Amino acid sequence: MKFVCFHLMPYRPLDLAAAKKYRSAWVVLPNSFYDPEKGAAEYDSYLDQLVYAEQLGFDAIGVNEHHQTAYGLMPAPNLIASALIQRTKTVQIAVLGRALPLVNNPINIAEEFAMLDVLSKGRLIAGFVRGIGAEYHSTGVNPAFSHERFHEAHDLIVKAWTTPGPFEFEGDHFRLRYVNLWPRPYQKPHPPVWIPSMGSRETVVWASAPDRKYPFMVTFSPESAVVRYHNMYREAAQAHGYAASGSQLGWAAPIYVAETDERARQDAEAGIESLFNNFLPMPYEMLLPPGYTSNASMKATMKLRPALGAWPRQQTIDELIANGTIVVGSPASVRERIERVREQTGFDILIALLQFGLLPDHLARRNMELFAEKVMPKLR
Amino acid sequence: MTEEADRLVTRGVSVRVRYAGAGPPALFLHGARGWPAWLPFFARLSQHYALTVPEHPGFGGSNDPPWLRDIADLAMYYLDVLDQNFSAPVHVIGHSLGGWTAAEAAVRNSGRIASLTLIAPAGIRIKGIPPGDNFIWSPEEAARATFYDQSLAEARLKETPASEADVDIELQNKLAAVKFGWAPRWLNPNLEKWLHRITVPAQIIWGREDGLLPSAYAKLWREHLPSAKVSIIEACGHSPHIEYAEAVGDEVLAFLAGVRA
Repeated sequence: MKFVCFHLMPYRPLDLAAAKKYRSAWVVLPNSFYDPEKGAAEYDSYLDQLVYAEQLGFDAIGVNEHHQTAYGLMPAPNLIASALIQRTKTVQIAVLGRALPLVNNPINIAEEFAMLDVLSKGRLIAGFVRGIGAEYHSTGVNPAFSHERFHEAHDLIVKAWTTPGPFEFEGDHFRLRYVNLWPRPYQKPHPPVWIPSMGSRETVVWASAPDRKYPFMVTFSPESAVVRYHNMYREAAQAHGYAASGSQLGWAAPIYVAETDERARQDAEAGIESLFNNFLPMPYEMLLPPGYTSNASMKATMKLRPALGAWPRQQTIDELIANGTIVVGSPASVRERIERVREQTGFDILIALLQFGLLPDHLARRNMELFAEKVMPKLR
Repeated sequence: MTEEADRLVTRGVSVRVRYAGAGPPALFLHGARGWPAWLPFFARLSQHYALTVPEHPGFGGSNDPPWLRDIADLAMYYLDVLDQNFSAPVHVIGHSLGGWTAAEAAVRNSGRIASLTLIAPAGIRIKGIPPGDNFIWSPEEAARATFYDQSLAEARLKETPASEADVDIELQNKLAAVKFGWAPRWLNPNLEKWLHRITVPAQIIWGREDGLLPSAYAKLWREHLPSAKVSIIEACGHSPHIEYAEAVGDEVLAFLAGVRA
């Protein structure tokens, strides 16, 4: 199993009670809540944690992109990735991912990823996402064309990485007379592409196609949904005429390890509940703007993802542990929960969110240490 | 006379449609919420006109042709509808998205249009006076911003989809609304500069307390359509033809009678 130490970089100094008066911590939460000096300290802590993950033996460290939200402070994740490259030697750097439909010229993403790949001498993992629904509000991009823009931007980026330039690209959304990437990516034929997703059948079928075979990461979902989507990927691969390997299946989840189950639950409670009840919630109008997924997927997502869009329901850590959206407990309990999913799906990539919500630095670091010492070795 | 749903096929695109009344032809273009139920306003118009109320392509139970991408496509589609389904120029009445569509069609070609009635039309806006954001509103906020009479909002909130098919229609309507109205919100930045192309008689009707498209926009329409009759309905929200069906019906009928005289 491959382990990614993943970070969202939430804004922990947020006044949670005052922020609750707004529709969401996304899009409409006034940025007067953000204090740049406190924000600078947050970046320091979080970068230190990710750098520490290399020492602890993680295979990769991961960041991602979110806009106009206290949930995550990385509207430009490649800037963070660039800083991490300078402070690490061998660990892979996973940007999970860049939101392709949200840009007006996807070549910018192709160029930046190529730069990171060259700067790191081939340590980049390039994640492609569509951005979450709220980001269609914050960027103004029309969600009705989200899938089209994603596929077209993907085709353009991969072609720019692999086809000698200059060439012309003629799409419906993106038209470029000259595509001629300088620099080209370091890895051959290009950096590995991973697809993190809340899950939709369309994305699974697309990612698993034989000319792509992109690893598919299910994020923030109850265990039943993780299993469902992993097996959906396996079935889609079968339908494409091959057997998917475990290295094509990933699971991203908040994880907390302490000496005992009870201690872990106590330590993680405030962090987990602030993540799910303060940083993440948004009404369906923001989470799933029309067109973001097919009408059928939208109905399915509403049923399958009680942890997302749970507005204004409050979720407890116990509920989230029980439905398997999070993994919290002693090293043995955490190993057992992860093994249980692996037995059902054979997945081989674990994206561990080891700092979440308000979880303070000292607990995040101890969590990382225990996870690296007591959980990872036995799962490898 | 029929009020039953029928199909209107234009260049291979089939949409739901209702017809009622006899007389000169009139066409009602609905707003972004979707094809309305048969309204008292329609009954009033159909006493004097042969009224056609289609559902826009992309909405509800109509075809969603792949070429339908933006408001310009919808406007061109209706120019085809006018050419192919009517033998005489048509009185076009549009609400909100429908008013916007009518204006977009009229700037391109008014030849098949007898008159234009725009009820709280989208399409142009005054900088510094933003429209409400119906895409971020909860159902309750949307209903409350739509009506001045809050009992109408409360009645709408009590409506529940009768079937899974109705849920699908609602999702499809929302998708169509996003296609036309998301970015920039309910605006075609290029429309305003061509409004002088509209030379047919026009009237503008707006609810003073419109919570979605501010009634202040009526002034901008008047600037570009100086001969248009502008009526601001007091104590009225975004749907004057629903909140004041009789008064607005009379207003429209009087205007249309003047056009014919």
